[in-house]
Amino acid sequence: MILNDNLGAQGDTLYAALMQAHEGLSAEQSHALNARLVLILMNEIGDADRLTALLKEARNTSLG
Amino acid sequence: MAYDYAPFPYGAPPGLTAPEPRHPVAIVGAGPIGLAMAIDLAQHGIKSVVLDDNNVVSVGSRAICWAKRTLEIFDRLGVGERMLDKGVTWKVGRLFHGGDEFYSFDLLPEDGHKYPAFINLQQYYVEQYLVERAQDLSDFIDLRFLNKVTDHTDHGDHVTLDIETPDGPYQIEADYYIAAEGAGSATRKRMNLPFKGQTFEEHFLIVDVELPDSPFATDDPERWFWFAPPFHPGQSALLHKQPDNIYRIDLQLGADTDPKTEATEEKVIPRIKAIIGDMDFRLDWMSVYKFRCAKLDNFVHGRVLFVGDSAHVVSPFGARGGNGGIQDVDNLGWKLAAVLNGASNTLLDSYNEERTHGSRENILNSSRATNFMTPKSEIETLFRNETLNLAGKHPFARKLINSGRLSQPCTLADMTLQTGTHPLVGHSLIDMPMGNGWLIEQAQGQFTLLTLDDANWSGPHGVRTVHLAATQTAAQRYGRAGAFLVRPDGHICAYFETPDMQAVSSAYTKAMGRRT
Repeated sequence: MILNDNLGAQGDTLYAALMQAHEGLSAEQSHALNARLVLILMNEIGDADRLTALLKEARNTSLG
Repeated sequence: MAYDYAPFPYGAPPGLTAPEPRHPVAIVGAGPIGLAMAIDLAQHGIKSVVLDDNNVVSVGSRAICWAKRTLEIFDRLGVGERMLDKGVTWKVGRLFHGGDEFYSFDLLPEDGHKYPAFINLQQYYVEQYLVERAQDLSDFIDLRFLNKVTDHTDHGDHVTLDIETPDGPYQIEADYYIAAEGAGSATRKRMNLPFKGQTFEEHFLIVDVELPDSPFATDDPERWFWFAPPFHPGQSALLHKQPDNIYRIDLQLGADTDPKTEATEEKVIPRIKAIIGDMDFRLDWMSVYKFRCAKLDNFVHGRVLFVGDSAHVVSPFGARGGNGGIQDVDNLGWKLAAVLNGASNTLLDSYNEERTHGSRENILNSSRATNFMTPKSEIETLFRNETLNLAGKHPFARKLINSGRLSQPCTLADMTLQTGTHPLVGHSLIDMPMGNGWLIEQAQGQFTLLTLDDANWSGPHGVRTVHLAATQTAAQRYGRAGAFLVRPDGHICAYFETPDMQAVSSAYTKAMGRRT
């Protein structure tokens, strides 16, 4: 798992692009977009061990 | 102690009784940008008249955070050291989510720079220092307070200005007209120029308070930023130290807020007590703002040139308003001086090219910071909050938190005046020790060939040669051989491996706006 910064100077640009992707969508549509995005990214990563670890990490990160 | 707002003197201008000779430059607005502009021109030997409808420095809490590059420019203008002495140098920034600190950063400056990454200093001090510096240059700068420009006409080869004073109206002529009146620019409105951008719906309360003790955990000045603090649920808050034990507090108030009710002691005092606890304090300033990011398409309109907030406005996150404006001045000063001395006026097109680029970059960064801080939909709030959650544990998420990306000079690489593709071309000088002083003291203000080796370098007429001794720092920051051509504004515009006089000459010609 890469938990250190891996986006470099593009971090703000990519965060803005993510917000842009949701622009004008209802909460329900955004929820669906997120689901599609996760599925696409899963396929993109394509490594079962890494994905299992990532799912676990996302699930376990404290809710603040 | 509260700042003593002493009025500047007004004298009846000569134009009231007899026509004045045409001025090379009229600058409208005696804020930090207009004043810096007049000083920069004066240092290039150009006279200007500065007209302001007011006669006192800016009142209240405006620009506070001055970046390293700005201080290096102010150093050239003769007020940098004074600002550094008075200002608060801060290094540590802390970010809180709710009541918990989850991230801190240290702007501990790399050794070998005259100026630190940032200082905080109230705008009124900066204006006072600039007015005093301008008064020292009175052979070149004609400061006219209580002179309100009510109209102007561009005749193609000069501009006429209609001016009102306490003693009545008069007119002057100028070769060039510089609009430096700030965000509400009357010049821009008169010319009906579109000022396009994004307005943010959120209101922010800005308060300056004088405190007897540091509200931080240590005596060192810091920058504290909260997302959803316990004392101000669901919103953001910023606490920052300025000189004279004055602290700046920014509180996000939400979109549905009545600015008039909020900017009252009744509402503000409990909000401050919630942050600093039960401490005596003096309320120095309070105001409620909405922010806007907008710019003119073009900063050059015939003989009328726009600088600072009259050309572009940004939200305050990242301190890119005042800092961006000073870079306009730095960019325009030498070019306008050269044009008035006979250089091609295409140099002014390069001001437009380079500074509209800088202002787009500033607007992009401050808009993103504002968007991160004030999510405008349920999903944006969700992403923002989960970024904060992850940031407590994972470094990658900390990088995504955006409470303002602090002002950095933009690069001018690949633009009209620059030559070649060396990675430093387009960048502003990286300071370093030099003899008993600093590189920025010796390589700004006029075209400079900065040489790294002992080859037989010499520049064309108009370019001085400065040798940078081979030290480890010089090698790290600039390399070991060759030479850089540095513009008067401290931006590198070319690199040469060997002393090819023709190449140096042609890069200089290009940087002066002439075709080669």
